[in-house]
Amino acid sequence: MSSLRGKVAIVGAADTRVGKLPEFSATQLCVDAALRALADAGIGKDQVDGLVTCNSMAEPHMYHAEMIAEYLQIFPRYCMTASAGGGTAFAVLQHAASAIVTGVCDTVVVSMADSLRTGLTREQAMVMQSSAGHQQFETPFGPTVPAFYALIAQAHMAAYGTTPEQLAAVAVACRKHAARNPTAQMREPISVDDVLESRLIADPLHLLDCSLVSDGGSAIVLTSADRAGDFPHDPVYLLGVGEGHGHEHISQARSLTTSAAVDAGRRAYDMAGLQAKDIDVAGIYDCFTPVVLVELEDLGFCEKGEAGAFVADGGLDLDGSLPTNTHGGLMSHCHPGNPGSMYHLTECVAQLRRQAGDRQVADAEVALVHAQGGVMSSHCTLILGREV
Amino acid sequence: MGAHDGKFLPRPTPETEIFWLGCRNNQLMIQRCTACGHHQFYPRMLCTECASAQVDWVQASGRGTVKSFTIVRRPVTEAYAAETPYVIALIELDEGPTLMSNVTACDVEKVHIGMPVTVSFEAWSDDITMPLFRPAT
Repeated sequence: MSSLRGKVAIVGAADTRVGKLPEFSATQLCVDAALRALADAGIGKDQVDGLVTCNSMAEPHMYHAEMIAEYLQIFPRYCMTASAGGGTAFAVLQHAASAIVTGVCDTVVVSMADSLRTGLTREQAMVMQSSAGHQQFETPFGPTVPAFYALIAQAHMAAYGTTPEQLAAVAVACRKHAARNPTAQMREPISVDDVLESRLIADPLHLLDCSLVSDGGSAIVLTSADRAGDFPHDPVYLLGVGEGHGHEHISQARSLTTSAAVDAGRRAYDMAGLQAKDIDVAGIYDCFTPVVLVELEDLGFCEKGEAGAFVADGGLDLDGSLPTNTHGGLMSHCHPGNPGSMYHLTECVAQLRRQAGDRQVADAEVALVHAQGGVMSSHCTLILGREV
Repeated sequence: MGAHDGKFLPRPTPETEIFWLGCRNNQLMIQRCTACGHHQFYPRMLCTECASAQVDWVQASGRGTVKSFTIVRRPVTEAYAAETPYVIALIELDEGPTLMSNVTACDVEKVHIGMPVTVSFEAWSDDITMPLFRPAT
């Protein structure tokens, strides 16, 4: 079977400003991200023949990608709006890469943005809270988004003895990285005690176990490996990609402590011909602290039940065995909703191009990014490298 | 103003109306496959185990255990403020299926994984009665 391994490369990557941006609509942020990524790739909008976006909650369009194409006045051959929660950004790379490899198009912009911080009306915010659960069998009981993830945390704690301190260590590690990133929304260092002393939201999750709510956009430019040398920056090749889909609603999960990240990871490793030990730098979806622990285990970076100790011992730090979320993650850099994982991707591109400044992981050759959407529902893993 | 005004009430569909009718009659109805005996929830037009279309409704025992839970300290909306803090739990029924519910009628701090619970019913509107769980006695 033919494989996508090494067939496409990221040749442009850029983020908009993030945080509180009331002066921009979500549509503008999406366009701004696309333009920045094109500038980074050194090409004009007329060279784009594929466009992928995700819809915005603050400013939804019925056909979002078509709307962005119209706004830009580009006329792509391939145009898709994707929706898989936080996993969206990576899952679309599989589709975009397939489109390039099969000759459907040559140069795809993936641009995603939203303004969850300043762009949502009260009604939209309410709909967002209530739409995460099953309309009949979950939402009526009053679960919040943190509550869904707290169910996973409690199960992991009961099964493996994971502690609130170990959950907090995830937030502390992300903040430590964010302190080195001038674009991060939250840069003031925090301690485990700060996390534990912050307000309880849904036991065992405290306020600082939860990610940020932000405005922002981020985009990449993807093209065939054959053309990747024609752009100003070092190309970052797609070596492996895999998806795994376990459920949609958490009450239907086959397991609360093991996720479909196992499947996504295995498929990506198999395609890349690599293993967890080969990864130099990672971006691990971190909407809530327990998610990182489950994903680290499911992706093979530590044994089941041992991620708490792995993180508490500094495993995610720059000098740890797996520097992770070096931009600060959803915890401390920004989290505009579905586009959130794009920043893990653009950060890993920066790491592999050796452009990450004070937070550069020395000699980074291979990166893994993983995102999930829903409530540990839809997973996608990407493995990226400097060389094919 | 009733105590449950403004909450996100379920909107039954043709596929689920027997479940909600059961709740109104204080019966917890789940599906059982007559081909393979598998119990399932939520209601579906096929057995998720053997793909048979022979799924019947049966009354569940109403007994189960807490598979996981959290104490919600910040309500999802104002309509849920009066009972905050409240427990969101995943209940594994003795018959096998898992469903989400609230654990009520006890100190929220006493809820734990593995806790035996039984169903109870609470009318939230003229049309909707919710299946809640409380500690088994």
